[in-house]
Amino acid sequence: MFWDKKIETLKPADLQDLQLRRLKKTLHQVQNVEFYRNRLNSAGLKNTAIKTLDDIQKIPFTKKQDLRDGYPFGFFAVPLKKIVRIHTTSGTTGKPTVVGYTRKDLDTWANLIARNMTMIGISEDDVFQNMVNYGMFTGGLGFHYGAEKIGMAVIPSATGNTRRQIEMIRDFGVTTIHCTPSYAMHLSEVAEEMDITLDSLKTGIFGAEPWSETMRHTLEARLGVTAYDSYGLSELFGPGVAFECPERNGLHIWHDCYLVEIIDPKTGERVSDGERGELVVTPLVKEAMPLLRYRTGDVTMLMEDGCLCSRSKKIQRITGRSDDMLVIRGINVFPSQIEHVLLKIPEVGNQFMVYIDRINHLDEMTVDVEINRGYFSGELADLAKLQKKVVKELHDVLELRTTVKLVEPGSLPRFEGKAKRVIDRRGDM
Amino acid sequence: MDAQKFVIRQISIFSENRPGRLASIAQALGEENVNILAFSIAEANGFGVVRALVDHPEKAYEKLTSCGFNVAFTDVIAVQMKDKPGGLFEIAKVLGDAGVNIEYSYAYSGKKAAVLILRVDHIDDAIEKIQKSGATLLERSIFH
Repeated sequence: MFWDKKIETLKPADLQDLQLRRLKKTLHQVQNVEFYRNRLNSAGLKNTAIKTLDDIQKIPFTKKQDLRDGYPFGFFAVPLKKIVRIHTTSGTTGKPTVVGYTRKDLDTWANLIARNMTMIGISEDDVFQNMVNYGMFTGGLGFHYGAEKIGMAVIPSATGNTRRQIEMIRDFGVTTIHCTPSYAMHLSEVAEEMDITLDSLKTGIFGAEPWSETMRHTLEARLGVTAYDSYGLSELFGPGVAFECPERNGLHIWHDCYLVEIIDPKTGERVSDGERGELVVTPLVKEAMPLLRYRTGDVTMLMEDGCLCSRSKKIQRITGRSDDMLVIRGINVFPSQIEHVLLKIPEVGNQFMVYIDRINHLDEMTVDVEINRGYFSGELADLAKLQKKVVKELHDVLELRTTVKLVEPGSLPRFEGKAKRVIDRRGDM
Repeated sequence: MDAQKFVIRQISIFSENRPGRLASIAQALGEENVNILAFSIAEANGFGVVRALVDHPEKAYEKLTSCGFNVAFTDVIAVQMKDKPGGLFEIAKVLGDAGVNIEYSYAYSGKKAAVLILRVDHIDDAIEKIQKSGATLLERSIFH
């Protein structure tokens, strides 16, 4: 199903025309932002220098730190009286990032959410419980307005009071939920404790944190939903940037609104389709806060194959953060890849630590992983077998030989905030 | 068949190969008043398994588990041997002649006799053959 079939299925040539027109408009819009005036000036770029979509590569990247430096309103391209909403994103350090919206921005954003939800078959017949923070977090109000636009019955339940949430799902016949995957897991556990089966549920939309295919199967089995991955970030309105279609093999990113590049985070050069790198986005329709070549820090790839649903190019599910990326003997490795491998091996735990050393001019990667208590047979040979298995599975995914150390259950550090699982001991390179 | 009474429970403890692990294990057992009759450490690639024959296997298991150790019971047999030159040969020959394959083994020299502890692949078979050969197996009942 389509919310806006014409635009969602534009032919490549028409799409590029539209993108270029909108890019030029965006370049005009950023002239209202001092940061960009200076940026483009010092790069010697006049607006006329951008004649094709590829010319965008001449423009320097915008980084999250630039936005922080512009605190609070340095990136607004319209006067404050045109701003109708402000959100902020929490920074792990320092000041938050401020994002602003005009009335038209809010409408554009709601339409994008409506596209996503319609794409997976949700309609005005559905009852939608939105179980995310409704405050400064963009996920709450973003989905709320999109769902209302479609005409669904929206329950702005926000977070907390899980028992009440479960009662509402049961009593109101909720068909569709939106929350983080970890909250969905918690929800299913509490429902089990309460001995309530959530029979009305059909669809689960999960986002705001990375989650694996294993997690998808678990959530689908426990909640009786079909689970969809939702991607977005506040700097690009919020959720709604990219979303899985019913194929659930990659996310459709809305190319008419977001100009997508995938770059090698070390060199800044573009990589080919099918190659992993950092997602860089130039939003094409933002009024209040236009951005040029914004580095999302998220790692994905543009998928080469088309999609049965006839929408345009997909990105792969986010596999990590570019700032976590390691280069081991020339091979890019993301800690999230290691995590995915370990999740699939029941004999070991999900906690891990990675150490990188340089021995005789060669990078050596050591992965410490806990064995799961129940799997210890008492036999050394079984442990050695398990060790080999982990080495092999890691090799299959990373294409890299690693040293795997089995450690005692509970002995690795647990992280409450941002996990620091990689220790690079190579020194200056 | 009462071969079961000769099956002895060894405790096997998974341990990383780093300083202080054995001390922690020994301390835990000492606090629980568990006496270690014999033990050995098998090492492979950064980790090891500490194997111990103790007088109270159940108590040892509970205590070590509560201390966070990963512990498993492993079935072994214990054969008495003479504590004098040639004692090991006598028993080893019996085992060899009986076709018993040893996965690993360690020994202790007690007050009454020396004891050879064996982990074998077919334990019931081994018990039968050792008994037939006339050698003496220790009974499970002496470990509580």
